[in-house]
Amino acid sequence: MANQTTLTAPNDTRSALGMAAPALIGLFLFVALPFTLAAILSFTNLRLGSPLPTRFIGLEQYARIFSEPSFRRALLNNAIFALVVVPLQTAIALGLAILLNRPLRGMAIFRTLFFMPVVFPMALVSVIWILIYAPGANGMMNSFLDFITFGLWEPRDFLRDPYLALPAIMLLSMWQGVGFQMVILLAGLQSVPSDLYEAAAIDGSNKWNQFLHVTLPQLRNTLIFVMLVTSILSFRLYDQIEIMTNGGPLDATTTVMYEAVTAAYQQQKMAKGAAMTVVFFLVVLMITLIQRTLIKEERAMD
Amino acid sequence: MKQVQEISQEASTGGSRGSAMTHDELMTHRKNQQRVSMIGSYVVLTILALLFIAPILFMIVGSFKPDNLVLIEAGSLKAFVPENPSLQNYQDVFNRVNFTQFFWNSIFITGAIVLFGLLVNSMAAYAFSRLQWRGRDIIFPVIIALMIIPFEAIAVPLFFQMTWLGLRNTYTAQIIPFIANAFSIYLFYTFFIVLPKELEEAARVDGAGPIRTFFEIIVPVSKPVFASVAILTFLTQWGSFLWPTMIAVGEKVRPLPVAIAQFQTLPPIQWGDIMAFGVMMVAPMLVIFLIFQKWFVQGVASSGIKG
Repeated sequence: MANQTTLTAPNDTRSALGMAAPALIGLFLFVALPFTLAAILSFTNLRLGSPLPTRFIGLEQYARIFSEPSFRRALLNNAIFALVVVPLQTAIALGLAILLNRPLRGMAIFRTLFFMPVVFPMALVSVIWILIYAPGANGMMNSFLDFITFGLWEPRDFLRDPYLALPAIMLLSMWQGVGFQMVILLAGLQSVPSDLYEAAAIDGSNKWNQFLHVTLPQLRNTLIFVMLVTSILSFRLYDQIEIMTNGGPLDATTTVMYEAVTAAYQQQKMAKGAAMTVVFFLVVLMITLIQRTLIKEERAMD
Repeated sequence: MKQVQEISQEASTGGSRGSAMTHDELMTHRKNQQRVSMIGSYVVLTILALLFIAPILFMIVGSFKPDNLVLIEAGSLKAFVPENPSLQNYQDVFNRVNFTQFFWNSIFITGAIVLFGLLVNSMAAYAFSRLQWRGRDIIFPVIIALMIIPFEAIAVPLFFQMTWLGLRNTYTAQIIPFIANAFSIYLFYTFFIVLPKELEEAARVDGAGPIRTFFEIIVPVSKPVFASVAILTFLTQWGSFLWPTMIAVGEKVRPLPVAIAQFQTLPPIQWGDIMAFGVMMVAPMLVIFLIFQKWFVQGVASSGIKG
């Protein structure tokens, strides 16, 4: 403590402010300010290039967006996406992480291969998968499904099929994202003390029981983190939609972010877009709060 | 030690099964079991890996094929076999669009964000983690709180701000909003806060100010966190699509993700060219990834260890 006080030169405050200033100014101008602006705009009727004067209209903008079937459908699509992708992708990532966590040769190569799609920009992934989903019996996905079902599969036009478009987008999103989760879970697995497994083995517990009673509880925090990050990512869904389907067919793949950008950018309805992003933020906030509570609970139990 | 444990384990499980097998037999039995499960793992992993990298191989092989064959052969195993590979598609990309310009735009924008971001965010994290000053304990929690605001939540008003400032279709609008980053500050902070106090003491006693101490003492020992933050920032920015779609469609400032989305709809649609575009777009990321793999994985993992 004594050391600390002698070290604290009187001019630290000036240097500190000087060093923190660029970041603080940046965060204020490009995060805090637009964030506040989003809230304010959402209570107005601002439209770029509109002859009508901008005025406060209270919650009317919110009432308006929630009365739109396409926006309600967007919320539903995001929710469906999260409900399917989050558990499925986490389970696959966990399976891969467990397979890779064995001290066998060549695991680094497999890890590299599974991680590789994470490096691919989503815009590029979307473009490649448009071709993979090409309609007709010649399409890659169609012929693959035909092969594994021994010819039972009828060729489909995935991205123009109201029932298949969203699942098709889910598949490529999982393909791109699973490596990210896998690496985080692998780091979590490697921090599980090995004597816990040894103790369990001595007690005669089999692999499945070891997984249930050692691996899962030890990975609890990592799993919660990974699942909630993926949930937030599913609500941020935009790139794939813009490039592959434009929200169609029949709003089957539209998302909150797609609706918000369309309103603000294509229709110049700033206030409407802002209200949608506020709704988006509230969802993300809710998910984050759930994460905080769940992880705190775990800490309290320790 | 491990040997001993294994034997005692054999003994206990062996006991419950009766004593039909001797210890030696049990050991070989167990070894065989392990071998079977090992081979099983490899088989499962190989099948998964093949399915997994199929789209990537498809793209790379397709980029060397005549345009018409990419679609025709997509449904057969020929999709993964380049017969008579040629660089024609790569040439076509350069002839049809200004690829060099798009590539440079991406390099310049991403590079500027990474470099300025490293400087600005590490300095801020240093001020918060190792300097004594008034206001620190009030401002830092606010910065941490900003981490929960995803970019998407501010895209619309930021678009309004930038349009109002007349910055549409500029590099500036694509760079300055992304330099200061709360999450980067947090990553630097967690690294700096655990460095030993003694590190700077000598420098401070010799009369070096905080700024000199930072650059001469802290930065050199903090290479791992700089590498992690640089790679994470690069990864995010190289693939950034939403913001440039809104703010930068002009050809002079258009980055690669927007460029490929537009190229993909540019008639005549030639899939070989599109694949070649894709390979050239992801090549820098793949090269950096393969060289700095360890840092990549650490960077990504460290972003996950904050529960």
